[in-house]
Amino acid sequence: MTTLNSLVLVCLAYVAFLFAVAFAAERAAVRGSRQWLRAPLIYTLSLSIYCTAWTFYGAVGYAARSGMEFVTIYLGPSLVMFGWLWVLRKLVRIGRTHKVTSIADLISSRFGKSNTLAVLVTLVAVIGVTPYIALQLQSVTLSLAIFAELDPGGEPLNKGPAAFWISFGLILFTMLFGTRNLNANERQHGIVIAIAVEAVVKLVALLAVGAFVVWGMAGGVGEMMQRIDQSSIAEWRVERGRWATVTFLAAAAFLCLPRMFQVLVVENDDDRQLETASWLFPLYLFAMSLFVVPIAVMGLEMLPESNPDLYVLTLPLLLEKDALAVLAFLGGFSSATSMVIVASLALATMVSNHIVMPIWLSLHGEGASVSGDVRHVVITARRLSIMFIIGLGYIYFRISGGSAALASIGMISFAGVAQFLPAMIGGIFWRGGTRAGALAAVSVGFVIWVWTMLLPSFGAGGLLTPQVLAEGPWGIRALRPQALFGFEALDSTVHAVWWSLSLNFLTFWCVSIFTFPRPLERLQGAQMVNVFDRAGGTTRGWSATAAQSEDLLIMAQRILGPEEARTLFRQEASAQGYSGNLPDPSPEFLQKLERELAAAVGAATAHAMIGQIAGGPGISVEDLIAVADESAQILEYSNQIEAKSAELSRTARQLKEANTKLKKLSVQKDAFLSQISHELRTPMTSIRAFSEILRDTDELAVDEKTRFASIIHDEAIRLTRLLDDLLDLSVLENGQVTLNRQVGSLETLLNRAVQTVQPGGDGPMKIIRRRINEQVLLQTDLDRLTQVFINLVSNAQKYCAAPNPRLTIQANQTDTEVTIDFIDNGTGISEADQALIFEKFSRLGDSDGSGAGLGLAICAEIMERLGGSIRYLPGTGGTGFRVTLPKVHAMAAQ
Amino acid sequence: MRKHVLLVEDEANIIEAVRFLLTRDGWHVEAHADGNTAMARIVERQPDLVILDLMLPGKSGLDILRDLRGNPTFAELPVLMLTARGQEQDRDLAAQAGASRFMTKPFSNVEVLEAVRELAAQ
Amino acid sequence: MTERLEPGVFLERRSYRRRRLLDGLRLLPFIGAWLFILPVFWRQAGEEEARMTSDALLFVFGAWLVLTILCALLLWAYNRSGAEGTESG
Repeated sequence: MTTLNSLVLVCLAYVAFLFAVAFAAERAAVRGSRQWLRAPLIYTLSLSIYCTAWTFYGAVGYAARSGMEFVTIYLGPSLVMFGWLWVLRKLVRIGRTHKVTSIADLISSRFGKSNTLAVLVTLVAVIGVTPYIALQLQSVTLSLAIFAELDPGGEPLNKGPAAFWISFGLILFTMLFGTRNLNANERQHGIVIAIAVEAVVKLVALLAVGAFVVWGMAGGVGEMMQRIDQSSIAEWRVERGRWATVTFLAAAAFLCLPRMFQVLVVENDDDRQLETASWLFPLYLFAMSLFVVPIAVMGLEMLPESNPDLYVLTLPLLLEKDALAVLAFLGGFSSATSMVIVASLALATMVSNHIVMPIWLSLHGEGASVSGDVRHVVITARRLSIMFIIGLGYIYFRISGGSAALASIGMISFAGVAQFLPAMIGGIFWRGGTRAGALAAVSVGFVIWVWTMLLPSFGAGGLLTPQVLAEGPWGIRALRPQALFGFEALDSTVHAVWWSLSLNFLTFWCVSIFTFPRPLERLQGAQMVNVFDRAGGTTRGWSATAAQSEDLLIMAQRILGPEEARTLFRQEASAQGYSGNLPDPSPEFLQKLERELAAAVGAATAHAMIGQIAGGPGISVEDLIAVADESAQILEYSNQIEAKSAELSRTARQLKEANTKLKKLSVQKDAFLSQISHELRTPMTSIRAFSEILRDTDELAVDEKTRFASIIHDEAIRLTRLLDDLLDLSVLENGQVTLNRQVGSLETLLNRAVQTVQPGGDGPMKIIRRRINEQVLLQTDLDRLTQVFINLVSNAQKYCAAPNPRLTIQANQTDTEVTIDFIDNGTGISEADQALIFEKFSRLGDSDGSGAGLGLAICAEIMERLGGSIRYLPGTGGTGFRVTLPKVHAMAAQ
Repeated sequence: MRKHVLLVEDEANIIEAVRFLLTRDGWHVEAHADGNTAMARIVERQPDLVILDLMLPGKSGLDILRDLRGNPTFAELPVLMLTARGQEQDRDLAAQAGASRFMTKPFSNVEVLEAVRELAAQ
Repeated sequence: MTERLEPGVFLERRSYRRRRLLDGLRLLPFIGAWLFILPVFWRQAGEEEARMTSDALLFVFGAWLVLTILCALLLWAYNRSGAEGTESG
């Protein structure tokens, strides 16, 4: 006999094996060999989590109680898979296109990314799936208990702690593998592979037990069929309503169960997987169901007193086939664990994404603008959610006492999650569905489900008093949980499914029709409903005039702005005699709209857009909206450009000016270099010529030698002075000069200047000054100012061509400035030349080689540095210059 | 009779150097600083050779040269151009205007002498 | 899309065939539903000449298997015709 302890060891070893497989798969995925992980076979096997412990143990029990009806649970999903082209392909495509992470995500995304809807769906899913998780815990605990009973030395299993430790292990395993990837949309490779392995184990186990029963116990197929014909379920018996209802319910749940959505849609990589699964998965279900009736019949015959839910286990044990029993146990264990892992993972994603994270974000700053890495929060949220969900299942298991038949618990869950069906299917096939409709529909369906199915499931005296069950709340008989509106004759499951789903559908439809979707809802709706419509796709939706107007409005809003577009449409609608927002798309209106759009996006585009919506096929809403989006972006961009264009043209103008200036400077620089070259070469020519003469000529007279040498000497000095001036000017122009500010009187400075030019006192030129006006204290660079004065005085002495040259120096002061005029009695400077004299090398018509024409340029630079100016003074009768200093630097002599 | 060279130059020292060189070589050197006067003297005196500075007060060396070449009498007159700016552009301009020879200041005395002799021999 | 650009009836015919195969696939779940609902109308226990559960067993599982094989065959044919020629929706 297999002891309980050794069974636990087998379990642990099995889990460790799964762990290793999952780990290896994760490693393989990281290494990049994802190809085989994406194999359609793996995908198909992962779908097998549909077959939980409910299938493994419960199907036999179901068959033992109700005959063939159990098969409807598998017929529904098979039909869904056969018809994958209708629903699943679209669902999977939407899932991939919109990066859907869960069924809550899909529904909320479809209806304008409404988090309210996501929270509702999540809550319903958690409540709906909790009994299902409890069911798995119950089945594993029951199967363990069977072994414990048979263990001669052991005590009966204490189910509470056993379930607790099972829950604990499941939480651990799920957290270890389910919360390694941050992105819920990333493939959970490890989990998927582990599930695929478990799928094989449970199939092999069930087939082994089935084969053992048929060939080992009954003795062949023929004998088995005879036994069936002699059994208590031999006569064909089916509750007609239940048969169809359960088939439909199973099909609905197959699409809506969070864990099925996870493996079907979220983990899907391509249509090829779906294609293979469309026949391979029905085959799997076929194989899983094949031996259910034989096992049930055999169990009923051999163990009439035993729990039919455990025949799969008890039949091998009865015949002391321990190995087979352990295999069967592992099959059941696999069924239960894989379901709990994926279900809790899928639910945890929903809970953390739609409930925990929004709350956390609202508590920690402003929504998505929260700084830093929130991934650890996501991980933690997800782990806590896993604990919470499996914990909830455990609590349900303890409260419900683990007594109800497995099949009925499963059915409750199915009906719960099936409440998503109208919103989901309606959402992806009907553009008219609105968020309000979906919210109302799920709410109504959920409430009815709770009232008619979940609460009564706890039994009379559980959560509902027998009186409420029999008479309705407050005696309102119409609200009796299992006979709503007096619908008594029906089976309770059919009753609940019928009322909840039909009212759910009706609510969705009605509310959607009478509410107006927000733009985002319409956009998402259009994108999801037309997920396959690329250019050239069907445009059936456009043929209805109302739909056209809606679509035109959506497009116009995105291009013209919501307010403007609505005003335009409203005006047209009232002109056509309608009260709403949507006018008929009359040719006049289309033309008008086209013109409006053309103003924004250009005539050709506008024409194409209108043309596509109003008539011609060949383009999908998605494409149009994409165009509209682009146009909106372009418009926004062009507005920005416009705003910047003034600035840009200003900059351009500045650049142009700078360019002109640079060009001018370049010309000036060339001219300057040319001038320097000339000025330097001229004295060099003399020096070279005379030095060659001195060298090459033997018979030179002494006075000639002296004369030539002195010419060389003078020219050398001229060169030096020229270089000094150039350096001086260069320093001044670059602004590198440091001013040595001192205080001194104007008279002193002028004295120094005059003395420098006329060292011996009186020169050929008479200098007239009025010293009384020169009693001004200046605070400036005295040396530089003196340099200017010297230049002016020496210029006058050099160039004044009058027979009796005379220079008048006259100082004056106003409130703001001091002026010093230097006026000689020379010929003056012509008006054309006046503009040039302060330029470099602007020697005016003279052949005196002593100056290079830099003097006045240097003066002008110095005066600019000193904050003053120097300018030619016209109309003086001679040559006049005025030096001006600001008063800041001038103080009256004290 | 000594050959006549007319020097148009505004730098006194350079005039003196050239005069010294050419006089010793047997030339009669007549110098003018102003372009306009020089032009008039060329027409009047018809020298054997003209040495012309490019940058002159009054009338530039290039203008004088163009005027000379425009006059059939002086179409063949040897003209040695001197310039202190020494830019390619000036050399091209001088060649276009019809200069017989072009030299950049500062020049070598020997080269000037040779140039003058060669030009006179033609 | 591309077929139209190429001459000949042959490609058109293949495209047509592929479309009909898809139609067949789309029809499959309805055939399945029709088949699976049939046993509901059989005479049941308590009625005269009630059918046996084993009949239902054979019928349901037989239909199931046939549908599965049919689905696989249609897909195989569809993919085979696709592999020979150009892609087509």
